[in-house]
Order: sequence, then C-alpha cells, then structure tokens
Amino acid sequence: MRQGEISLAGLLALFSIYLMWKATELPIGYISGRGPGGGFWPFWLSLAMLLSCVAIAFNWWRGKTPASRSDEPFMDSFGWLTLLNVGGGVVAFVALISVVSMYGAIALFLLYYLRFLGRHSWPLTLAISILLPIGLFFFFEAVMLISMPQGMAFTQPFFDVMYDIIY
Amino acid sequence: MEILSFLIDGIFLALEPTNLILIVIGVTVGLFIGAMPGLGSVNGVAILLPITFLVPPASAIIFLAAIYYGAMYGGAISSVTLGIPGASTAVATTFDGRPLALQGRASLALVTAALASFVGGTVANIFFTLFAPVLASAALSFGPPEIFALMLLAFATFVGLSGDDVPKTIFSICLGLVLATVGFDTISGAPRLVLFEIDGFLRGIGFIVLAIGVYGIGEMLWTIEQTRGEVTTTNPKMTVKGMASDAKEAVQRGWKGTWIGSFIGFFVGILPAAGATPGSLMSYGVAKMLSRNPEEYGRGSPDGVAAPEAANNSASTGSMLPMLTLGIPGSPTTAILLGGMVIWGLVPGPRLFVDETEFVWGLIGSFYISNIAALVINLAFIPLFIWMLRMPFTILAPLIFVLSIIGGFAASRSMHDLWLIVIFGLAAFFLRKFDYPLAPAVLAIVLGPIAEPTLRQSLLLSSGDPMIFFNRPIAGPITVVAIILILLPALKYLRRKKPVAKG
Repeated sequence: MRQGEISLAGLLALFSIYLMWKATELPIGYISGRGPGGGFWPFWLSLAMLLSCVAIAFNWWRGKTPASRSDEPFMDSFGWLTLLNVGGGVVAFVALISVVSMYGAIALFLLYYLRFLGRHSWPLTLAISILLPIGLFFFFEAVMLISMPQGMAFTQPFFDVMYDIIY
Repeated sequence: MEILSFLIDGIFLALEPTNLILIVIGVTVGLFIGAMPGLGSVNGVAILLPITFLVPPASAIIFLAAIYYGAMYGGAISSVTLGIPGASTAVATTFDGRPLALQGRASLALVTAALASFVGGTVANIFFTLFAPVLASAALSFGPPEIFALMLLAFATFVGLSGDDVPKTIFSICLGLVLATVGFDTISGAPRLVLFEIDGFLRGIGFIVLAIGVYGIGEMLWTIEQTRGEVTTTNPKMTVKGMASDAKEAVQRGWKGTWIGSFIGFFVGILPAAGATPGSLMSYGVAKMLSRNPEEYGRGSPDGVAAPEAANNSASTGSMLPMLTLGIPGSPTTAILLGGMVIWGLVPGPRLFVDETEFVWGLIGSFYISNIAALVINLAFIPLFIWMLRMPFTILAPLIFVLSIIGGFAASRSMHDLWLIVIFGLAAFFLRKFDYPLAPAVLAIVLGPIAEPTLRQSLLLSSGDPMIFFNRPIAGPITVVAIILILLPALKYLRRKKPVAKG
C-alpha cells in the first residue's frame, strides 16, 4: 500500500502538469479590458492539484495516512481476479455495444455475470437476461423516445420486429 | 388576506379532477424518472413537454411542476438504494443515505428523505406564497461576486468540515473544477483542454458521466473487491409498523437537518444562477457544523439525509420564483418550463402576477397539492424500493452496472462518454483504495460552470482586483466565512499541537 500511495500521487502530479501545459494553450493571465484569459482558471486549479500532490507526498513521507504506514500488498490475487472479472466484464460490455447493439450487449453481460460470476441457475439467468433488455427497450424507445445504439447490420431484423410492436 | 383568497382559489383550481389526475400521474412518472440513474427532472419535463399542448396552459404547467416535484423526491431513492445519485441535487444524500442502507436501515433513510422533502417543499411554498415578488428583487442584488463567494463557501464546507485528508479533498475539488472546463471556453468560445486531442472532449465532460463513473462503476468495483462479493445489507425488513416507527425516528433524529435544509435550500434556490445542488450541499455542511454529534455524519445520520433532501425540494420551489417573477430560469428544468410558458403565450416577468392571476395562483396551489401527493405516493412505493435491496447482490450488482451504462448513454447519447464512464469508474476504484474523497469532484464538476464565469466577470468588473470579494456587503461576509472554513483544519491542527509543544 505504501508503494502504491506514492506511485499514485506521482501519476496524479504528472497528470496535473499535463493539464497545466494544456491550459497554457489559452492565455492564463489577465487581459486588459477582457478579464482573465480562457486558460486562467484551469491553469491555477491544475497548479493547486500539483501542490496537493506535493502535500500528499509530504504526508506519505511523515507516515500520516493509513496507506503510508501499511506494508500490506495493494491487492491480493483474489482482488486482482475480481477486478479483472468484473471490471473486464464491464469493459467488454461497452465494447460489444457497437457490435451487438445496446440491448444485445446488456443480454450478454447479464448472462456472463449471473451465470459465471453469480453462479445462478440457467432458468433464472435466461429469464433476467432476456426479459430485462426487452423491458428496457420498451422503456427507452417507446416511452422515453431515446434511441440506443443498434450495433452492426445483422441486428436489424430484431429491431424491425420490436419497432413493429411499438408503432 | 388577498393572498389567502388567491391561494384558496389556486388550490381549488389544482384540485379540479383533470388537474388532480395530472398531478398524480406527473408525480408518479417523476418519481420513477428521478429514481433512474442518469435521468432527472429535466429529462421528464423535456420529454413530456409536447404532451402538455393537449391541455390548457394552467393544467400543463401543473403537470410539469408535478413531474419536477416527483423527480426531486425520486433522486433520493437511487442515492439510498443503489448508492448512485440520480441527479446532482442528490449527491449529498448519498453521504448518509447509503451507509444507512448498508446497515439495513434503508427504510429509515427513505422515510426520512420523504418527510424532509415534504417539509422542505411546504416551507418553500409558504415563503413563495408570501414573499414572491419581494424575494425576487432581493435575489437580483446577487451579482457575479456574490454568486462566486457562495460557490467558494460550498467548496469550503467540504474542506473545513470533512474528516477526510485535506490535500486529497483539495485535489478532488480542483480535479472536478478542471474537468468542468474541458470543451470550450464559454467566454471567448475557443476550444479548451481538448485532452489528448480527442474530438469527443470538445463536447465537454458532463456531471452525469463523472457521477455514474464514480458511483455506478468505481464504487461498485470497490464494494465487490472489499467484501469479496459477499455484500450484506443486513436483511432490510419492511412492515407497516416498522415504517411507522421509522417515521417516528426520522422526526426525532432528522428534524434539525430538515429545518436547516428547508431554509437554506429556499434562499439558495431563488438565486438565479445557484439552484438546488449548492443548496443541498451547504445545508449538509451547516447541519453537520451545528450538530452535537458531527462524527455521526457520513456514517448514517438521519439528519445527514434530511438536510440535503429538505434543501433540494425547497430549492426546486425556490428556483421557480425568479423564473415566474423575472423570467430568469434557475436550473435547466425551469429553463424548459420557461420555454413551455412562452410557447403557451405567457410572458414570465413581474406583470405575470397581475395579468395571469389564475395561472400563477393555480400553479402555486398545485405546489401544495403536488407536495402532498408526492409524499403519499413516495411512501407507498418505499416497500418496492426496499424489495430491490433484498435481491442477492450477485443480481443487484449487474443490474446496477446495466442501469449505469444505459442511463449514461441516455443522458449523453455518445459512445465517447460511455468510455469515459468506464475510465472514470476504474480511476475512481484506485483513488478510493487510497482514500481520495470523490464526492467533492462530482460536486465541483456541477458547480464549476457557475464558479468560473462569475469569477472572471467579477475580476473584469474590478479590473483584476480580488478585493471585490471582500468589500461588497453581501459577498464580503460570505467570502470571510468561506476562508475561515478552509483554514479550519489548519487551526484545529495548531490547537492540537499546542499542548504537546508545551508538554
């Protein structure tokens, strides 16, 4: 944890410097007759972020935070596996939206999570994975009039059938 | 007496069968839209605006105001049950609402939120009825320096009153404020902070993208990792008797927060640029500051739920005031309501109270009726929301992920923003592991677009002299209080250190 806290503070300090540099693309000082330039606010705030990182590092050096006094690993193998399974599942879910549509991706994600991570029975898994996307389709497309991504062309027959029901 | 007779006429108008049905439908629809992460009152009002052309203007605005009311009550539901604030106004509700839910006291949190919302709405209605035109002109004396001072005060409450690590809190606030500047400079119109030259950033980063990333993805990953997937909400139970005792406890332990929220919320709500979010945050901060047990805040204090909930309802009514009396909308939702009024042929402004008496008082009457309807409908649906919490976590967790992603897309309609939600979620997970408070970042991204222009306009007014925040009668005291709050942790540190140095 100790190593992790200072590494994260270092990364955030680098990000703050990047933001300061990006902010200088617009004037960061006071322009006579026009007030502070467009970069003024983000530049000084990014500097405050950088100074906060320095203060975080100082507290780490003095051992003031729980993480800076901890010799435990940042995460054990179970933690990394959980992050990979759940976080990876969410990343795959969003990646699949452009391929199998929002509703298709929801169905696949629910199938994966309920069956393989939650170890629920097939009937329950299938019932939720099929009925929830259909319910969401009617809520968003028919009631809220919000169109969700429809993925690649092969999903079109499904949408044709569903839109026939609405209209 | 004249006001009372106008009000009674207005209430009777709101109680006409058509209007009453519209109120019940509007509140129920608003409640569910508000409870959905990513959707808020603005979505409900915008989507249902065309429907209102089928009824007379007075009924139309009564319907839209009922949706607005319902959504304000609904915002607390996702904050408590899912831990995701459905709207920026409900961010502060998660601070104590979520811990209560995790202790198996979700019912207490929801009942407290409902009762506090009701009192907040009622107090605001009374103020609105009695002082509408006077308060509207007083609110106009708030110029850019005063509004910026208020924003500073909102951030200062976080730094001064949070028990968190101060440098990490400041980092979080600044990060939220910088993320709010991504897109275009609103004053010069030039592209600004287009990160890594990705065009998607030209659209800016919305509050909802960060909020869903932090709460819907990051917080969920953190919970699953910390509890090894075995989350227990200590079996929430729901009975009529239990709800009655929760109501009693809510009154006993939440009354102080309710009154603080009701008053602060209304006065912040009527300011043209402020609105319900800073109102709810400030109420939370003040309630904590005045509490005998401030250490209970953040761990499941009913006062901590009551203060922001009373404030956001009170502020929503308050924000109608500058819209009706001056034609200045205080929030995106009131901006749409204003648009509707213009389409119906009404001219908002000081003359509205004289020229369209029936319309105005019908609307004010409907506030009272909507408030009662929202309380009853909300309490009736609490068992349904509690039932959701009794689901096994391995079912609830994927549902929260799905609602976060689909709600995130519904709010932004952009795949770029969906990827940002995922990135923010993963980043929030790592930041949370090292005790970085993330609520300040979420609130900062909401308040940033108000804070920056008011700061720049103020400095332009004073030719760059920052003393403008100190030498004006309203801005000065607010700025001084904000600075004292910011310095509070340092003062506490020095006071703690003194006896040690002597010893």
